Order: sequence, then C-alpha cells, then structure tokens
Amino acid sequence: MHGIVGYGAYVPRFRIKAEQIANQWGADADAFKKGLLLEEKTVPGPDEDTITISVAAARDAVTRAGIDPQLIGACYIGSESHPYAVKPSGTVLIDALGIGPDCHVADFEFACKAGTEAMYVAYSHVKSGEMPYALGIGADTSQGAPGDALEYTASAGGSAFVMGSEGVVAEILHTYSFTSDTPDFWRREGEFYPRHAGRFTGEPAYFHHVLSSCQGILDRSGMKPEDFRYAVFHMPNGKFPLRAGKTMGFTKEQLEQGWVVNLMGNTYSGSSPTGLAACLDEAKPGDNILITSFGSGAGSDSFILRATDRLPEVQGLAPKVRDQLADRRIHLDYGKYVAYRGKIRMNEV
Amino acid sequence: MITPRYHREIPQRYRLEAGKCTACGEIHFPPRAVCRKCAGREMETIALPRRGKVLTHTTVWIPPAQFEEQKPYVNAVVELENGVKLTCMVCEAPPDEVTIGTEVELVFRRLQHGPAWEVIQYGYKARVIKA
Ligand SMILES: [Zn+2]
Repeated sequence: MHGIVGYGAYVPRFRIKAEQIANQWGADADAFKKGLLLEEKTVPGPDEDTITISVAAARDAVTRAGIDPQLIGACYIGSESHPYAVKPSGTVLIDALGIGPDCHVADFEFACKAGTEAMYVAYSHVKSGEMPYALGIGADTSQGAPGDALEYTASAGGSAFVMGSEGVVAEILHTYSFTSDTPDFWRREGEFYPRHAGRFTGEPAYFHHVLSSCQGILDRSGMKPEDFRYAVFHMPNGKFPLRAGKTMGFTKEQLEQGWVVNLMGNTYSGSSPTGLAACLDEAKPGDNILITSFGSGAGSDSFILRATDRLPEVQGLAPKVRDQLADRRIHLDYGKYVAYRGKIRMNEV
Repeated sequence: MITPRYHREIPQRYRLEAGKCTACGEIHFPPRAVCRKCAGREMETIALPRRGKVLTHTTVWIPPAQFEEQKPYVNAVVELENGVKLTCMVCEAPPDEVTIGTEVELVFRRLQHGPAWEVIQYGYKARVIKA
C-alpha cells in the first residue's frame, strides 16, 4: 500500500476582508463577494513566506507521520512564490526539519498546481521503492495587482504530505494528469504581478482541464461520483470549484468540507492540497476522496485516495485546517495589508 | 549578517540544537566549547523543546533598520520546558497579547528580510499558543 503517511496544513493568522479591498478601489464589495463567493482571505505576516509556510506545514506532516525525518529521501516544494529566483526553497526547509543531507531536493513551478506536482513525484518515488518516504508540499504567498480581481483572492498558506508505504493514513489508488498549452494566466521574468486573460481563464482553461482530468481519473478507476465521501477542486474563487463539482455530478455535501476558499482565498499551489488536508481532518476509514488541482498554462492533476484505519489516530496530532481558519484571526486594514505585502516602495536601508 | 556566520549558526537557529555537557548535564544554548559549570569539553548535541513560557518581555518601537518593517514587536525571554532560557522576537502578536507567563511555541520565521541582493535570514521566533 502506498500513499500519504502524514499531512499538515498551515494557515497564516492575518486576514483581509473583501470590503477593505473594495472600499480602497471604489468597487462594489457585495458584487465581488457574491461573484467570487468569498468573505476574506489570508495574508502572510511580514516575516512569513513560502519557505516558512512550508516548514510549518511539513513539521506537522512529519509529526502525524511519526517518522524520523532522516528517512525522508526527497523533498519537493511546489510554489509560484519561491522567495529566491535562484536558490531552492527546499534547501532551507530540509535543514530546518533535520532532513538530509541524504535527500533529493527540487522546487516545482506550475502556477497553482505546483503542489500536486510535488505530491505526485514524491508518491512516485515511494511507489517505485526508491526510498521509504518522500515529502511533497504546495505553498504560496501570491500577489494580485492592486485593484485587480485577483487581489480579492490571492492569499497565503500551504499543505505538506509525507508519502510512504508503511503507516499509510490515505492510500493513493489512482492518479491522472491532463495538460495543454493554454495561455490563460502568466508572468514573464522581471514582471512583479501576473497577467490573466479575463474570461478566457474560465471555460477553455479552468473548466476544460479540471473536468477532463476528473473525467479521466473516473474512467480509469471505474468509480462514480457517488463512490466518494469528499471531492476537492482547485479554488481560484468560490464559484469555480462548486460549478466544476456540480457538473461532474458531486453534491454540496461532498464538496463543502474541502471548500475552504470562502475564508481563505486562493492559496495557489496550496489551494486544493489544503482542501484535501481539511477532508483528511474529518475522513473516516474507508472514505474515498477525489482531488483535482488546476494550474494555469494549463493543466490538472487528479488523485483518488482512500482513508485507512490509521487516519483517525493522527488527525488530532496537529492543528486542523478549519480550526486554524476560525482561530486567532487578526483582520488588517488595506494600508497595513499593502505594507505587509511589500506593495509600498520604501528606501533601501 | 555576513553569510559565513549565518551558515555556521544554522543548526542552532533552525533546529534549536544545543550542547549538553556529557560530564555534568548542563545545557548550553547557543552551544559552546567549554562547559560554564564544570569546564568539561565534551558536548552532546540535543534539540531543545519548542514550547515554553514568557519570563519577561518588552515592546520595541524604535528597532534597528533591518527590523523596521516588523515594528512594533515584542522581544521576550522565553523559558523552555526543560528550563533553558533564550531571547527572541514574538511574532504576529499585538503587544497587549504578551505578558509574563504567556505560553509560546518556537516557530520558523524570517528574521530579517534585508535588501533584495542579500541572503534571507531565517530562524526561530516565539508564537503565542492559543489560550
Ligand atoms: Zn559540565
């Protein structure tokens, strides 16, 4: 049996409400909230970035796995906001967690689906018997241009998964990927904010890839929507994943546990992985979970997982996603938010 | 901070590695070559516990330039579960949230961002555990 042996998620403490952003730019807050199905989003603290978020999530994943970090043979972080242009985030993470130096490390990028890529490659290593454990992480501290629709959604957070063959808490039964050249969202070297192709990001990009990937994995597995307890779709806003799920034949009950976007925003590479973590927080042995990510450019990765008898033993060993979403929130005003996000040009010290 | 020093201090700053005197058991953080209690020279590397409580604290309103973006922030002396004391910044906490006895855990954060051409420095900070 191969799959997830430990998982962890990290939600930053700071938030900004949609009203704050709408008021700043003279937009209609209610229209945005209704259009995006989103109340607020997470904001990284001034001392947080993709590396610190990854370390926090991975520490909990290792705790739930209950393993010696030295046994982890590979570590991959998927993100579109790696702090360095040149120097892998994973190098800092392994030294923070006492992994390695006998370890293969790489950073992955694929817009919002870099996290599931990292999970897929980590899983493939343990499935091949190459190593006992491997770590796959999706984390981001993404930025939207001021006043752009993306500013309401681009948020911060991440989730980490230790893959292995011993002590599996969620067996990975099937995987499938669907990819094509679809230029819906991009950022060229040297540009600070990404660009998107407006409505083109919907049908030909998000829905085509998400629905094709989901259909592909259902066909391969021979499973039907009613076979699942939970289904998670990438959450660029609140509406898209619900519509994708409904189109595929999933019910509201199957979708709502992993639908964290209304309180968290779009955590990019951390989005669907954090939805999965929220489902693992509550799943019971035998429950089937389907997750489909989406990365602009564009592609989707799908996984079918089944919770094992060991899952309930580890659920309480680290903070749950929905507890982190509810607890200790600090709401920022727009001025504090732009300062925290480094959107103000300061004199160099 | 210069890169060689930052690199040398990674074990203590990232993983809270301390030196425990094999002769008398005294724990030194940061690690040192000679035991301050018995002058022993053999040390065992141990990782400190991550939980503790605030012994004393102060709020910094006028920080050194490299911490400017984080002000105001709380600096605290934290006593860890095994009695070791260390000084560190308390992250993400409004000053009125920290008091003597506040329970904290040590987490991994960016210590200072610095200008874009420098290495980013990471290390431990205290984070208030929900009461
Ligand atoms: Zn001694």
